Amino acid sequence: MPTVLELHGITKSFPGVIANDNIELTLEKGEIHALLGENGAGKTTLMNILYGLYKQDSGKILVKGEEVDIHSPNDAIARGIGMVHQHFMLVPVMTVTENVMLGVETTRAGVFLDRAAVAKRIHEISEQYGLEVDPDAYIKDLPVGTQQRVEIIKVLYREADILILDEPTAVLTPGEVESLFKILQSLVDKGKSLIFITHKLKEVMNVADRITVLRGGRVVGTVVPGKVTREKLATMMVGREVNLVVKKKLSEPGDVVLEVKGLHVSDERHNLAVQGVTFDVRAGEVLGIAGVQGNGQTELVYALTGLAPIERGEITIAGQSLRRTTPRHILEHGVAHVPEDRQKHGLVLSFPIHDNMMLCTYYLPPFARGMVLQDKEIIDSAKDLTEQFDVRTPSVFIPASSLSGGNQQKVIVAREFSRPIKLLIASQPTRGLDVGSIEYIHNRIIEKRCEGTAVLLVSSELDEIIALSDRIAVMYKGVLVAIVPAAKVNKEYLGLLMAGITPDDTIEKAARPTDQVERVF
Amino acid sequence: MFSRLIPGIALIAIGGLIYLMFGSGVSPDVQATFGMNPSYQSQAIPIPNLVLPVGTSIGILSLAVIFLGGWQLARGIRSTSIVIGTIAFAFVTAFLLWATQGKSFSLVGMLSSSLVRATPIALAALCGVISERAAVINIAIEGILLISAQAAVIVATLTHSLYLGLIAAVLIGGLMAGIHAVLSVRFKVDQIVSGVAINIFAVGATSFISARFLEKNINALNNSGTFPMISIPLVSKIPILGPVVFENNMIIFIMLFLVFLLHIVLFNTPWGLRTRAVGEHPKAADTLGVNVFLVRYVNVILSGMIAGVGGAYFTIGSVGRFDEVMTAGKGFIGLAAMIFGKWTPIGAFASSLIFGFADSLQIKLQILSVPIPSEFLGMAPYIVTMIVLAGVVGRALPPAADGQPYEKH
Amino acid sequence: MDANEVKPKKIKPSEPEKPDAKADPKKHSRVWRTLAMPLLAVLTGLLVGAVVIIVTDPQVIAAYKNFFQDPLNALAKTAESIGTAYGALFSGALGDPVRIFRAFQTFFASGDSEPLLRAFWPLTESLVASTPYILAGLAVAIGFKGGLFNIGAEGQFLMGALASAWVGYTFNLPWYLHLPLALLGGALAGALWGAIPGYLKAATGAHEVVNTIMMNYIAFRLSDWLLNGPMKAVGYRPITPLIESTATLPRFFPDPSRLNLGFIIALLVALLVYWLLFKTTFGFEIRAVGANPDAAKYAGMSVTRNFVLIMALSGALAGLGGATQVLGIDHWVGQGFSAGYGFDSIAIALLGKSHPLGVVLAALLFGTLRSGATRMQSMAGIPIDIVSIIQGLVIVFVAAPAIIRWLYRIRVAKTEEIVLTRGWGR
Repeated sequence: MPTVLELHGITKSFPGVIANDNIELTLEKGEIHALLGENGAGKTTLMNILYGLYKQDSGKILVKGEEVDIHSPNDAIARGIGMVHQHFMLVPVMTVTENVMLGVETTRAGVFLDRAAVAKRIHEISEQYGLEVDPDAYIKDLPVGTQQRVEIIKVLYREADILILDEPTAVLTPGEVESLFKILQSLVDKGKSLIFITHKLKEVMNVADRITVLRGGRVVGTVVPGKVTREKLATMMVGREVNLVVKKKLSEPGDVVLEVKGLHVSDERHNLAVQGVTFDVRAGEVLGIAGVQGNGQTELVYALTGLAPIERGEITIAGQSLRRTTPRHILEHGVAHVPEDRQKHGLVLSFPIHDNMMLCTYYLPPFARGMVLQDKEIIDSAKDLTEQFDVRTPSVFIPASSLSGGNQQKVIVAREFSRPIKLLIASQPTRGLDVGSIEYIHNRIIEKRCEGTAVLLVSSELDEIIALSDRIAVMYKGVLVAIVPAAKVNKEYLGLLMAGITPDDTIEKAARPTDQVERVF
Repeated sequence: MFSRLIPGIALIAIGGLIYLMFGSGVSPDVQATFGMNPSYQSQAIPIPNLVLPVGTSIGILSLAVIFLGGWQLARGIRSTSIVIGTIAFAFVTAFLLWATQGKSFSLVGMLSSSLVRATPIALAALCGVISERAAVINIAIEGILLISAQAAVIVATLTHSLYLGLIAAVLIGGLMAGIHAVLSVRFKVDQIVSGVAINIFAVGATSFISARFLEKNINALNNSGTFPMISIPLVSKIPILGPVVFENNMIIFIMLFLVFLLHIVLFNTPWGLRTRAVGEHPKAADTLGVNVFLVRYVNVILSGMIAGVGGAYFTIGSVGRFDEVMTAGKGFIGLAAMIFGKWTPIGAFASSLIFGFADSLQIKLQILSVPIPSEFLGMAPYIVTMIVLAGVVGRALPPAADGQPYEKH
Repeated sequence: MDANEVKPKKIKPSEPEKPDAKADPKKHSRVWRTLAMPLLAVLTGLLVGAVVIIVTDPQVIAAYKNFFQDPLNALAKTAESIGTAYGALFSGALGDPVRIFRAFQTFFASGDSEPLLRAFWPLTESLVASTPYILAGLAVAIGFKGGLFNIGAEGQFLMGALASAWVGYTFNLPWYLHLPLALLGGALAGALWGAIPGYLKAATGAHEVVNTIMMNYIAFRLSDWLLNGPMKAVGYRPITPLIESTATLPRFFPDPSRLNLGFIIALLVALLVYWLLFKTTFGFEIRAVGANPDAAKYAGMSVTRNFVLIMALSGALAGLGGATQVLGIDHWVGQGFSAGYGFDSIAIALLGKSHPLGVVLAALLFGTLRSGATRMQSMAGIPIDIVSIIQGLVIVFVAAPAIIRWLYRIRVAKTEEIVLTRGWGR
């Protein structure tokens, strides 16, 4: 098999961190080569160098045996390299055709856009590779799986032979993941070569021909799936023995803490995002809401925290109705919230850590007497919490922006968990975190559950849901399609529900021991 | 059901209000004469003036609004724009009838003056559109208008050529905008701060030059004359439309041309596509090889050149001399027009017409000695701007990356 | 007089949010770096101002026409031009050192304080000019801290002046009631004028930049009407009647010195604003909403309510500025009363980095500059608008420290740049 791509000695550093350290990688024609590593290992940096978004400090890149200098995406595209980004690079208010032709526009009379010609070519590509899409649709109206297809078409339109796919399965249901893998196979059959970036062990074993593991910016090794176990891969990724199994006691749920009945919530564009959702969460149990992002989970959480109005229906938390309350009132009533987007909603990055620690409680004693802030108490409390919650920082006075993602999340957790709480709402709590932080956060969530807190966990990482939840609910297009005990389902079953398909009883549902659950990061 | 009742009742109430405010107390035989022919020597085919009985006409207008209210109660009306448009039309027309009772009022004159007064606002709005479509907020329009106005008149007076003055205005506009672009794109200064700084500087510089040089040398530096009115053959013969649209000076024609040109460029050419992409999702454009910084620079400089034409209007297109701070906020009103027009050239133009109409209305009313103090009438354009913004801004979506400097991490 | 006496004593600005910060070995260099930027910005602005003066001076232009025949003359004229201009600026701002010295001599010799008063008159005038700047600068600064750009300070200033003048000439009360009432009236009027755009932003998301500017124009028209109508004094000038003596701010020294209680009030208000911003829960909310309104909302703060309060507070401060100007100095309001204060206060807030102490220092600087520029205009014939030019440049330099860094090839503190643009209405 001829080698289409070689990376030799690629090194790249940013202030304070070496992102890529002397990386060696080869890609053969028709191969699916997986680049595996935990969050922060340097995979995306490496691919950004290959695609011309960064320039390497040292090292060579060879395409089809020829050394190349890639300064910009234009260079990469000219060399036949295309990238399908993790966060889609699509303009929502423009059509598929416009997004595909951007930068390489075909014109009539040299001046006017020729949308028809491009649409025709899109049809051709669709047929050829099985990528169904309507060229005149607006991106914002397309479901996520279809948007991804547009990303792939963009790359094929520019005649790429080497495709880089960055965490492509992050936003897909298990069913859509299957479809994607079929598409990848068809690409490879037609002579394309693929690099597949991921942090998910299970997938990689299914789809890759070879796997290169990155850790801390260095290549740990390149292996073939048939010849290596998942445990070995996990150890390579993290550098130590990883406990792939979470131990937790059987849940003994108490009284109902959160009750939701017939809830309807609209999103910012006044469309109904949550449609008639009903469920409850009891003290001492974890209810996991599974579902691909964009099916109403965000709006549901907004309604529960008072940030979006309730169109219809009721929410009751520990006996208090949420109809006419403010977010502050809800917080005071014992609700903790770990938001999806920690930098946007969870922290004021320019404030020092101690201010962030009291962001929700600054107006209460002992932090304030009347209107006056009590600096000494604020700082003492912050110092305590930093220790208790393992926040790695030289002092509590530095701004939150200088902390790593994992430590930022710990600050939020410290803030939320240090109040007396009855209900914990955690949205994508471990997104983008390193393994150590993920373990820590998972443990604290289980701890709260054992203390008797009701926990509502919203996550698009199915493995996380299955690992931590006692019961699992699936949201699809704003509707809660099922609530099932976690012990009685498996991934395939949930995957079908997440895609809006009602599985029939012939699907095998593996029963698992209920006191330990397999966890993958 | 309930939500249909309220607008319906409100409409009926407004209809009644219109009649009460303007129609009651008007003696039945009073008439209002609306002049349909321009007062100057025009190419247009003359037509008879429109004479309307005041009381009856107001009554008809009120009835129209009430009828609309009834329709709303019975069947509901989907389009809010129709409702608002009808109310606005009825209100303004009734007001005009009331103000003109027993007198005559040149309607054509007012329409023409609306277009003329809308011109600087439209040019300012177009400047804003081109700049903001590439995601750069341009608060400095007011300052650019001021500086280009002064440059135009000085160069035109010195060289005895209005066209050279126009070119000077365009070039200076581009230069000032270029400074704003460098500050915003290269130095990533907050775009509003940069814009305000340029405004302050512009006021200071133009006033300084005015005091230092222009006041003592009026004939040498500040007396340029103005662009003459041009009648476009054939089409200027059309009654009403002819004189209003086709008999104007050069700058107004340039403005009209730009509206259509920019609309086509923005939505039908590769440059327009890239501009819009840079404004909505610069990262996406960057990954496809579009040079985000270049697109922003060029768009901002072009927008400054458009504003330069707008500035030229004030001096060589209007009074032929420069007075300190003569732009009186038109740059900001242009921004409101841009927002109201949903960041499209044609929308911006249409909104500018509304503002131009309000502006020319308040002046005409002062002439008509309407019993409202002239100062209050003078507030009208600004109040209208605030109302427009309040009603529209939440719903109009600006380009998604508007105002955010682009970081290539 | 040496350089140290040119500016009022500088107190080392400390970081108010770190009450028991560990001893920072680099503290002194950090202070220098924080101060260096604004200082250099002003210096560069003055330099460019000097260039403008030279380039527009007819005598210098004439001299340069003969540059090759007589280069020394050209240079001499250049120096003379700058010398006259900035000399006038200096003596107009702070006083003539020689005269002050002689006045002291007279005072110690004969106890006659009048020459002393006259000698110090430029200095006291500078303080007088700074008073409204302190308050208007605080107004804009508080807005910035809350993430709002209040360009309406000028309109709020004017409304405050009119309201306090009205209270001043309408009522007749003992001074301990009349004066506070007049001040309060000014503050309330300003608060109202600021609250309207604040409310519009809270309710509809309309950007406060355009709305405050619109309110300015409306204020100008309204004041035109009031001064020609309901508030017009007897006679034919469009001005208000004189306020009662019970509403005037007492002056410290006899005429012609106009330094009055207003200056002290301004300083006290600055202290109050400092305490409010950094030591109270309300101030914490303002800063949180300004730094990250999304997180503030999540943490339970009411962002919309805060918008209205911040704008109202900002307007109140500007209105108070107008009030102190009327009650302390002019004692009546005429047209053009508020001219220039709006833009100046923006420059002051930016220069002072929105910190109350910085604002006071920047306000003193600008007051001094303006005061001196009046003399520069009368003595050297340089239009007072040059101050606006310098201001615009100073803002640019402060907002884009990279330019200063590039110009002087130095490392200057990378301080938190203000980000106000969040698009239109979101």
